[in-house]
Amino acid sequence: MRRKGLLAAGIALALVTSGCGAVDPADGTDSVANGGVGKVHNPSDTKGGTLRMANSGDWYSLDPGDTYYGYSWDFVRFYGRALVMFDTQPGEAGTKLVPDLAETLGVPSDGAKTWTYKLKAGVKFEDGTPVTSKDVKYAVERSLDKKTFPSGPTYFGDVLDTQGYTSPYQDSDPEKLGLKAIETPDERTVVFKLKVPFSAFDYLAMQPATIPVPRAKDTGTKYKEHPVSTGPYKFETNELGKRFTLVRNDNWSAANDPHRKALPDRIEVSLNVSADDIDARLLSGDLDIDVANTGVQAATQGKVLADPAQKKYTDSAALPRLWYTHLSTSVAPFDNIHCRKAVLLAADHDSYLRAYGGDAGGEIATSIMPPQVPGAPKNDPYSFKAKKNGDVEAAKKELAECGKPGGFETNMSYRTERPKEKALAEAMQQSLGKVGIKLTLKGYPQGDYFKLYAGKPDFVKQEGLGLLAGGWQADWVDGFGFLQQIVDSRVIRATGGNNNLGVALPKVDALLDQALLETDTAKRNDLWGQIDRTVMDEALILPGVWAKVLLYRPAHLKNIYVNEGLGGYYDFVQIGVK
Amino acid sequence: MRRLVAAVLMLVVVSMVTFAIFFLVPRLAGATPEDLASRYAGRTADQQQIRELTEKLGFYDPLYVQYGRFAKGLVLGADYSTGPTTEHCPAPCFGYSFITHNPVWPDLVDRMQVTLSLALGAAVIWLVGGVAVGVLSALRRGTVFDRVAMATALAGVSLPIFFTGLLSLSVFSYTLHWFPPGGSFTPFTENPATWAYDLTLPWITLAFLYAAGYARLTRAGMLETMNEDFIRTARAKGLPERTVVVTHGLRATMTPVLTLFGLDLGLLLGGAVLTESTYSLPGIGKYAIDAVTNNDLPKVLGVTMLGACFIIVANLIVDVLYAVTDPRVRLG
Amino acid sequence: MTFLDVRDLHVHFPTDDGVVKAVDGLSFTVHRGRTLGIVGESGSGKSVTSLSVMGLHRRSAVRLSGEVLLDGTELLHADPEEVRRLRGRTMAMIFQDPLSAMHPLYTVGRQIVEAYRVHNPVSRKAARAHAIDLLARVGIPHPAKRVDDYPHQFSGGMRQRAMIAMALANDPQLLIADEPTTALDVTVQAQILDLIRDLQEEFHTAVVLITHDLGVVAEIADDILVMYAGRAVEYGAAETVFRKPEHPYTWGLLGSMPRLDRAVRDRLQPIKGTPPSLIRVPPGCAFHPRCPYNGRGGIPCATEVPSGTIACHLPHPERVRLAPTL
Repeated sequence: MRRKGLLAAGIALALVTSGCGAVDPADGTDSVANGGVGKVHNPSDTKGGTLRMANSGDWYSLDPGDTYYGYSWDFVRFYGRALVMFDTQPGEAGTKLVPDLAETLGVPSDGAKTWTYKLKAGVKFEDGTPVTSKDVKYAVERSLDKKTFPSGPTYFGDVLDTQGYTSPYQDSDPEKLGLKAIETPDERTVVFKLKVPFSAFDYLAMQPATIPVPRAKDTGTKYKEHPVSTGPYKFETNELGKRFTLVRNDNWSAANDPHRKALPDRIEVSLNVSADDIDARLLSGDLDIDVANTGVQAATQGKVLADPAQKKYTDSAALPRLWYTHLSTSVAPFDNIHCRKAVLLAADHDSYLRAYGGDAGGEIATSIMPPQVPGAPKNDPYSFKAKKNGDVEAAKKELAECGKPGGFETNMSYRTERPKEKALAEAMQQSLGKVGIKLTLKGYPQGDYFKLYAGKPDFVKQEGLGLLAGGWQADWVDGFGFLQQIVDSRVIRATGGNNNLGVALPKVDALLDQALLETDTAKRNDLWGQIDRTVMDEALILPGVWAKVLLYRPAHLKNIYVNEGLGGYYDFVQIGVK
Repeated sequence: MRRLVAAVLMLVVVSMVTFAIFFLVPRLAGATPEDLASRYAGRTADQQQIRELTEKLGFYDPLYVQYGRFAKGLVLGADYSTGPTTEHCPAPCFGYSFITHNPVWPDLVDRMQVTLSLALGAAVIWLVGGVAVGVLSALRRGTVFDRVAMATALAGVSLPIFFTGLLSLSVFSYTLHWFPPGGSFTPFTENPATWAYDLTLPWITLAFLYAAGYARLTRAGMLETMNEDFIRTARAKGLPERTVVVTHGLRATMTPVLTLFGLDLGLLLGGAVLTESTYSLPGIGKYAIDAVTNNDLPKVLGVTMLGACFIIVANLIVDVLYAVTDPRVRLG
Repeated sequence: MTFLDVRDLHVHFPTDDGVVKAVDGLSFTVHRGRTLGIVGESGSGKSVTSLSVMGLHRRSAVRLSGEVLLDGTELLHADPEEVRRLRGRTMAMIFQDPLSAMHPLYTVGRQIVEAYRVHNPVSRKAARAHAIDLLARVGIPHPAKRVDDYPHQFSGGMRQRAMIAMALANDPQLLIADEPTTALDVTVQAQILDLIRDLQEEFHTAVVLITHDLGVVAEIADDILVMYAGRAVEYGAAETVFRKPEHPYTWGLLGSMPRLDRAVRDRLQPIKGTPPSLIRVPPGCAFHPRCPYNGRGGIPCATEVPSGTIACHLPHPERVRLAPTL
C-alpha cells in the first residue's frame, strides 16, 4: 500500500515535471473525449509507419489454439483469419458477425446441430500454400488437447460431438484428422457436427481456434513462437517474454479480406513493460497502444480527466462486464419476491457506481446485459436511473407486502481483497439500512470465493448469505456469452465453483433452450432480452454497474475506434499511424 | 575447499527451501494438486480437464519425487512434451515453464547479459562516484560541498528507484527526448556505443541509490582514517598530501567499502528488480517479477537458484578479497 | 651551533568552547649533536610543540605565532610545500605507538621505501636495498626477510626500530622522538634509547626527546625543558635541572619519579590536583593553584611571572632553600 502511494506520488510528480500536454497535436485534428466511441476517430486510409504496442505482462500465448484473453482475440486478427469475425465497425455495427475466412456466416441444419462453412477461395498461408478445410479442422482438433493447450476456452469440446477424441497428437489417422465431429467434404467446406443444438455457433466460429494451422508446421507448444499467418501480417521476430515484431504478409490479399485495413507496415509489441512506463509513453506519444486494454493507471486517470488538454484523448470504453449483487432465494426472507424487490428498490445505485470508480468506472446498470449486447433490454423497470439514490417509499411498500414492514436482518458476502467490492458492500449496508434492512458484511478470500463460499449453495444457505457481491464478464458480446453461465440453473454444481450464484427459474431455462435452437439472429437476440427481463422481474439479481474502462488514444493515431463486439477494445487491425 | 563444499550445500538447501515454499506451503494451506494445476488452465476448463493437466504436470506425485525430478533435471537434463514431439532440456535444466513452454536456463542466460550490463555499469559509476564524493566530503568536512553532497546522499538513499526512475524517464526520455524510452537495450556485442547510451539512465538511477551509501560510508571511513596515527606518520615522511589521502587514507578505508561492494554486486546480479521493472529492462530481476506475477513456478525456482548462486559466490569472493586487501586477515 | 631555534611559539586551537592555548609563548634551542628533553604531563603541550615544528598542524584549524627557525629557515609561516620537502628529509619524527603509527596494510619495507623515494629519485630496487640497510642498522635481524613483513608481524620493540629506520631513511639533521619508548617494556626501552644515542653520535643529529618520564631524559638529554600548561616552567642543562631543580613543579615531577635511592614509602608522591584546562589557564603562574608554596614569596602568584629560565614567583634564594635534597 505504501509502495503504491509512493508510486502514485512518483507518477504525479513525473507528470507534473513533464509538463502538461506532452502530446503536440500538430496535425491540427481536433480530438474530443470519447471521440473513438461509436465512431471512427481520424478516419484514414494512409498506409505506412510502425504501430508500437506494449503489454504490461507477458503474452500468455500467441497460439490461436491456446488463447483466451480479449486483447489476444483482438490482436490475433493481424496474423490469423477465423471463419467469422466481429465486423470492424464502431458502435453497434461492431457487435455483428461477418464472414472472414468463410464466404458466409455458418449455415445451420439438423436443428442447429450441424453447421457448414465454405471457405473463401484464394486465401493463403504466409508461405503461399493455399488454406484448405483440413487446416481449419486440424486447428480445431489441436485446440481440444487441453493437456498441451490448457489456457484456451473449452467451448468446442463442450458442443462438438467429439466421441472421446482428445488430440491430433494421439490420433491414429495418418493425416491426424480423426475427429468425426468435423467433416471436410472438399477442400473448401468445413462441417461441424454438434451433440446439442447451438444456434449461436457462429460465435464459436469467431474464436481463434478456427484460425487454420498447417499440420506440417505445427510444433505443439512451440507453435506460439511463430504461428503461420493467414492475416495481413506475419511474424518477423519473436523474443519470448520481451518483444515481437510483425511485418506485412505478401501472401495476404485485401481482395478477399474486406474487413481489415492493415494500414501500418510494421507492428512492434514490447512485453513486460511496467504499467507506469506504458502510461508515460502513451501520454508522451512514444507509444501507440496499450495492448491489454486495462485502461490507464489510477494516478494517470485522475490526471488526464482533470486536464481538458489530455481528457480529449481519452475514450471511455464499455466492457461486457456487470458488477452485480445476487439475492439468494435459499435464504429467508429472500424466498419472498417482495423482500427481494425491496432490496432492488432501496439500493443506492449512485453509490454502487461510486464504489466502482464513478463515471470513469462505468454507468448505473438497469439490466443484466449491458446495452451494447444485442437484445439487451433498454427499459429501466425499477427506475434505477430516475431514483439513483434509491426509492425508499417503494421499497417500504414492498417490505410491507413481504410481511416485514420493519425490515429484517441478513448477510452480504464480498471478496476481502477487493476494496471496491468492500466499498460497495458498505454502501449497500448504508442504503438498505434506511428501510430497516440490517446487513452484516462478510468478507471471503477471492481465490476461493466461488469455489468454497459465494459459489457454493450449501455454504450460502448455511451462513445465511442473502446478498452476494460479484461480477461477470462475457467472453464475447452476445446474450449467450453473457447470460448462460450466470442464469442457467443446470450449470449449478452442488460442489461449488459456480458462476451462477442461484438463479434457478424453469422459465429462464426454457428460454435458453429455445434460444439455442433459434437460428434467426434477431429472434434469438429477442429471447436473450426476455431472459434478462425475466430475471429482473423475479428480482434475483441487482445489477449495479456496467463497467467501462478509460483508454488513452495518442493524438497521432488514425482510424481508431472502440470495437464493441470485441468487448471494448480498440479495433487493432484498423488503426493507422500515418 | 571447506567453504566450497559449504557453498554447494547451501545451494542445495536453498533449492529445497524454494521448492518447499512454492509447492509444499500451498499444499499445507489446503490447496489440492488440482488447485495448483488450475492456474495453468483456462476459465472454462472442467474438473476432468484439470485432473488430466494435474497429472501431466506431475502434481499428484509426492513432493520428494517432484523435487527429485527437478534435481535430476539439473544434473542430467530432462525431456518435455510439446504435443507432437518432445523437447530436450539439457543439463543444467533449471526447470521448464509450462506457461511459456520453454526451458528456463536459456532464458536466464539471455537475461543475464542485461542484468550484467546494468549492474556492472552502475557499479563502476557508483563505486567511483560514491568514493570520490565521500573522500572530498571528508576532506572538506563542514564546507558547503560536504553539506550538499551529504544531503544529496541522504536523498539518494531514501528515494526509491521507482520514483527516481520514473522521474528521470519522464524528464529525460519523454519530455527532453535525450534518452531512449524504457525497455531499450542493445547488446554490447552489437554496438557498444548504443549499449551505453541505452543504459545511461538506468545506470545513473541505480548508481545514484548506491553511490549515496558509498559516499556516506567512504566519508565516515575517511574521517576516521585521516585521524589515524599512520596518516600523521605519512605526513611526517614528507609525502605529498595527495599520496597521503589516496595511498594511505583511502587504502585503509577501502576494505569495508570493497566488502560491501562485493556483496551488493552479488545481490544485484541476482536481479536489479526495481530498476529493471521501472525501466522495463528484460533482466533477471524483471524475469523474476514476471515469473511471480504469472505464477510460473519453474521460472521462479530457477531465478531464485541463480540469485542464490550469485550471493553465495559473492560471499566467497568477498572473503577471499578481504584476505587479499587486509594482510591481518588470514583465511581460516 | 643552534640548529633548531623556537621563539615565543604560540599554538592556539579555536574551538566552540573557547580558544585552547596548547602552547603559549615557548622558546628553546637545540644544537647539532645535542639532545633536548621536553618533559611534562600529558596535555602540557609537548606533542603540540613537536607537531608545530614539523608543520603537521592543519593551518586552517590552528592559530600559530612566533618563530621556528630550522637551520636559519623560518618554518612557521613558510610555504607548506617547502616545509613538506624538509619533512622526512631534514627533520624526522618518531611516534609513540609504532603499531598505530605504521600503516597496517603495507609492508614495513614499502613504508621505508616510500619515505626514502619521496625525497630521493631512486629506483624501487635501490630504495629497497636502502631499506634493508636501514633495518640492519637499527638492529633488526634478517632484515632482507623482515623487509616484506607487515607491522603486525613485528614485536613492539622491532616495530619501534623499524619506525626509527623509517625516520632515518634520509639521514635527518633533526630527529624528534615523541614518547618513543612509552609503549615498550623496560629492557626494550633501554635498547631503543641506546639506539637513538648511538645514531645521534654517528650522524651528529639534533634530537628533541619528548616524554613524561624524567627517567628517560635523565639518561640521554643534554638540556631539559619542563612544560606546564603550554609554557616552560624550567629550562636548563640536564645536570642543573636534575641536581638543583628550582621550580616547585619540577620538584613535584621528580618526587613522582621512581628512584632507586629512596625508601619505598617515599617513592611516589604525586602532585596534588589536576592540570588546568587549557581554555582557562590560571593567570600568572599557571601552576599556582596546585603549588604548595603559593604566595610564599610574598608576591601574588596570579600576577605575571618574572622572565627567566625558571618561571616562579619565589625569589631565587627561597627556591634554593626550599628545594628538596635530591
